Amino acid sequence: MALSPEDVSRIAELARLDLSADEQRAMHAQLVGFFRIVEQMCAVETRGVEPLYTPLAAAHAAALRLRDDVVSEPDQREACQRSAPRVEDGLYLVPKVIE
Amino acid sequence: MSDAQARGIAAASTPAAPHELGVADASRLLAAGRLSSVELTQALLARIDAHTDLGAFLAVDAAQALAAARAADARRAAGQATPLTGVPVAHKDIFVTRALPSTAGSRMLEGYASPFDATVVARLGEGEEGGAPGAGMVALGKLNCDEFAMGSGNENSAFGPARNPWDRDRVPGGSSGGSAAAVAAGLVPAATATDTGGSIRQPAGFTGTTGIKPTYGVCSRHGMIAFASSLDQAGVIARSAEDCALVLGAMSGFDARDSTSAERPPQDFHAQMLAPRAGAPAGKPLAGLRIGLPREFFPAALAADVGDALRAALAELERLGATLVDVGLPRTELAIPVYYIIAPAEASSNLSRFDGVRYGHRSTRDGDLRDMVSRSRAEGFGAEVRRRIMIGTYVLSHGYYDAYFVQALKLRRLIADDFRACFARCDLLAGPVAPSVAWRLGEQADDPVKAYLADIFTLPASLAGLPGMSVPAGFGAHGMPVGLQLIGDYFAEATLLHAAHALQQATDFHRRRPA
Amino acid sequence: MNTNPLVRGYEVVIGFETHAQLSTASKIFSGAATAFGAAPNTQACAVDLALPGTLPVLNRGAVERAIRFGLAVGATVAPVSIFARKHYFYPDLPKGYQISQYEIPVVQGGRVDFLLDGQARSVRLVRAHLEEDAGKSLHEDFHGLTGIDLNRAGTPLLEIVTEPELRSSAEAVEYAKTLHALVVWLGICDGNMQEGSFRCDANVSVRRPGAPLGTRREIKNLNSFRFLQQAIDYEVQWQIDRLEDGLAIEQATVLFDPASGQTRAMRSKEEAHDYRYFPDPDLPPLVIAPDWIARERAALPELPQAMAERLQRDDGLPAHDAAMMTQGRGFAAYYEAARDAARAAGAPPKAVANWMMGEVSKRLNAQALAIEDCPVPAATLAVLLARVHDGTISNNAARQVFDALWAGEGLEVDALIDAKGLRQMRDAGALEAIVDEVLAKNAKSVDEFRAGKDKAFNALVGQVMKATQGKANPAQAAELLRRRLSQGG
Repeated sequence: MALSPEDVSRIAELARLDLSADEQRAMHAQLVGFFRIVEQMCAVETRGVEPLYTPLAAAHAAALRLRDDVVSEPDQREACQRSAPRVEDGLYLVPKVIE
Repeated sequence: MSDAQARGIAAASTPAAPHELGVADASRLLAAGRLSSVELTQALLARIDAHTDLGAFLAVDAAQALAAARAADARRAAGQATPLTGVPVAHKDIFVTRALPSTAGSRMLEGYASPFDATVVARLGEGEEGGAPGAGMVALGKLNCDEFAMGSGNENSAFGPARNPWDRDRVPGGSSGGSAAAVAAGLVPAATATDTGGSIRQPAGFTGTTGIKPTYGVCSRHGMIAFASSLDQAGVIARSAEDCALVLGAMSGFDARDSTSAERPPQDFHAQMLAPRAGAPAGKPLAGLRIGLPREFFPAALAADVGDALRAALAELERLGATLVDVGLPRTELAIPVYYIIAPAEASSNLSRFDGVRYGHRSTRDGDLRDMVSRSRAEGFGAEVRRRIMIGTYVLSHGYYDAYFVQALKLRRLIADDFRACFARCDLLAGPVAPSVAWRLGEQADDPVKAYLADIFTLPASLAGLPGMSVPAGFGAHGMPVGLQLIGDYFAEATLLHAAHALQQATDFHRRRPA
Repeated sequence: MNTNPLVRGYEVVIGFETHAQLSTASKIFSGAATAFGAAPNTQACAVDLALPGTLPVLNRGAVERAIRFGLAVGATVAPVSIFARKHYFYPDLPKGYQISQYEIPVVQGGRVDFLLDGQARSVRLVRAHLEEDAGKSLHEDFHGLTGIDLNRAGTPLLEIVTEPELRSSAEAVEYAKTLHALVVWLGICDGNMQEGSFRCDANVSVRRPGAPLGTRREIKNLNSFRFLQQAIDYEVQWQIDRLEDGLAIEQATVLFDPASGQTRAMRSKEEAHDYRYFPDPDLPPLVIAPDWIARERAALPELPQAMAERLQRDDGLPAHDAAMMTQGRGFAAYYEAARDAARAAGAPPKAVANWMMGEVSKRLNAQALAIEDCPVPAATLAVLLARVHDGTISNNAARQVFDALWAGEGLEVDALIDAKGLRQMRDAGALEAIVDEVLAKNAKSVDEFRAGKDKAFNALVGQVMKATQGKANPAQAAELLRRRLSQGG
């Protein structure tokens, strides 16, 4: 699967990264180099192998631990919005959203 | 060796300069009342000021540190001290803290104020809200690291590189470069760090410090700014296995706020480390310990200086009673593509939250919502982070998921199986931490992707979630430190620490300091 | 059999995706409250806001509710299910991905049975999966900006997906109403549609009978049954118009505008999505042990379907009445209480059902009251019905008494009957006298009757009732008249 410059701009869109034409060119060259390293991996036969999503599953059978349904978090709006770029009346403000 | 022991005893008895004190040394002196936390903290704060050229610290809060030191001395006077109370520590800036900004080494989070402390930070400090009191260590500040822990030289920090105290023109390793540099330079006796693909072991190896990355799930990830969730694990960089054991014991343990936290009783790693092996005679503390040497970890291409140092260290381990066993990790080379598919995939997802809406950098350029998000991300993230987001987004995207991501996860399973087979025949694995000693700053800049190859020896254990250590094993080219990597089976931290401690009782590499 | 009504010769194909907000106290992955209507972002904690370093921890209450639903629709509750990340950028989606279930959902299969014009229908479910809700974008103008409130972010949802088996807007509405009644009956969702606790997305397409499935358009966020029907009807006509004009239907997400009664495609969703699903590494597999499922099964209430069958069998109610009596748990409870009391007092269950469907519902709806707020206790209604049944009062009189009870004029049925003088005349002798009097006064009617005009007879009964101010038992009066007229011919 050769990575095309079009792939790079499509992925940049998907990842919401505003890359200049030059940045995209450089990125393309680097990604092509990267996927050369990856090729050896794709060739390996893995039919029937169970993917390992979390190392916990290799250490022991991993099962999700559940929380009791209790409200434990009080209002922390002020502390949580200390680093907010723009808030008003407790709302985060962003450029207009069109639906 | 007798001379090494002599030093060992010396360090514990005669008061050395404060900055030469390890965690255990400082603990003993504080307990004996021969040193106060305030004295120690003041001395280290002064030393930090004198070594800003290292770029190890991103933030220091002297007032806060001294207040904590005074509180620690009071706590000790009240007889409520733990062995760590009053001992200084510093945190990799990947852990969020209320007291100081939490940046992850990124422009994206410059000045970010977290409303809570990471579990690891709280446990080493004052303790978790509504929880048991913490260890009472004194936090001096936040340490430099590669942006979002992506890198192996600390050259990807948005706030400038950290430098290697052994040679300021060389990297301290990464991503926990600030932690390693600070500990090696005697700015702090121990530092927290994180390891996703080698970010504790490799910088420890590059700076002659001792680092441990425990089994995935031993330390809580709550409050650790996520890079790759299934790989990230917190640990310690200090100047000895004993110091690592003391700090790891206090910061680790089950945390209900992390669904991947291992549900196990608290571990006293220090006591476990000191416990002698059953039936091991004096002078042969490692008798009966089988150490496997994976063939693939000793390729012909391995740098000669690294190879020589390793062989000497392995010979020492044999002298201490260990048996060396020949084993294989046939998929070692595959670990590189497997890791560099999985880690970026998870990273691209974890970093989606940085959209300039609720916190973090927001582009000031006009535009609609979409422009705002895309520009904020492009401006806020550095080159390496953008590269990995692109790789991760690509391998998860429609049509490539199975070929890349799922294939990588299957190979990850096979790599874990290879380790399982090894541990059927031995108790620990040993090998190099890195193919070479620390490189010069900028040396890797031309081909960032090529640099990935240097992670080959640390990636396999990370993918399997196994515990690993880097122990000083001597010096190589340009007088730079060489690290010995030890890998244990799941939850075998005690075995690792015990072996590393035995080696450090017999050698003094871990006590050597940069000029 | 094909009971599918064709529209202008086209078959309508509808599939449903319903988001039922689960009635937990805290969020699905955090300890923040889920209460509706709090000040902006005061119920969005660090986890809901996706602050750096936060991690999800699953709420047991959400899983319990999913299990109950699975059992209620006869689905398979997966012993192991997986949470996955669904990625897209939107300011009300804090993490840049929604934690949902993709390849392996917690509830698999199942079906929902319902009545359509008295006909038994059923639709198969594909799945029901757990996921987190997003926040809200407030578009009222903040100097040209949009405000983001994340209180709703992280609220637990159960997304219930049907096969595309519904064949008309009427059937779709019946399915939706039945599903709504079920989740409320189970107590897993408050069912408040105004507050968005129960939101329907309808996938609509049309085709010539026998032709392959047409391209579907998804109508999003329908939050009332009326809009649901209007939206589907409009969409069906719109699609047929296009096809008739030889135009193609493009797959799209559309919104229904209640004001115009029209559907329109959403602009912001134009781009093709690539959600990049993958198992969430922060959440190991959800394992549900058999004993947990057994516990939930034991705790399950009698389901409306089963109860309706029981009411037909034991109370002899018609299917329609039984369905009405089981429209909700409160309604069913009131019915059973009234029925038991009525039985004891000698009135039949059918009378209870009739009154609840008629007089009771009429008044509840008029005042928008829930059955729980009915001012007339079930036992009191039972006494009233017993009085009708034993002939103490007429149905008309009973309505007057019921009005008095409803208005709170009293709770003693018999006292009200007497106070209003509604007791029917029981004294046969007195009635005979009145009958003779009426016959004497209305010789004309008598003659007409004898001439074979039945109407005349009714007129005479009317006269008797009038003379007794309605206190006579009409049947008894007619009986007497007939006897007298047949005599002395």
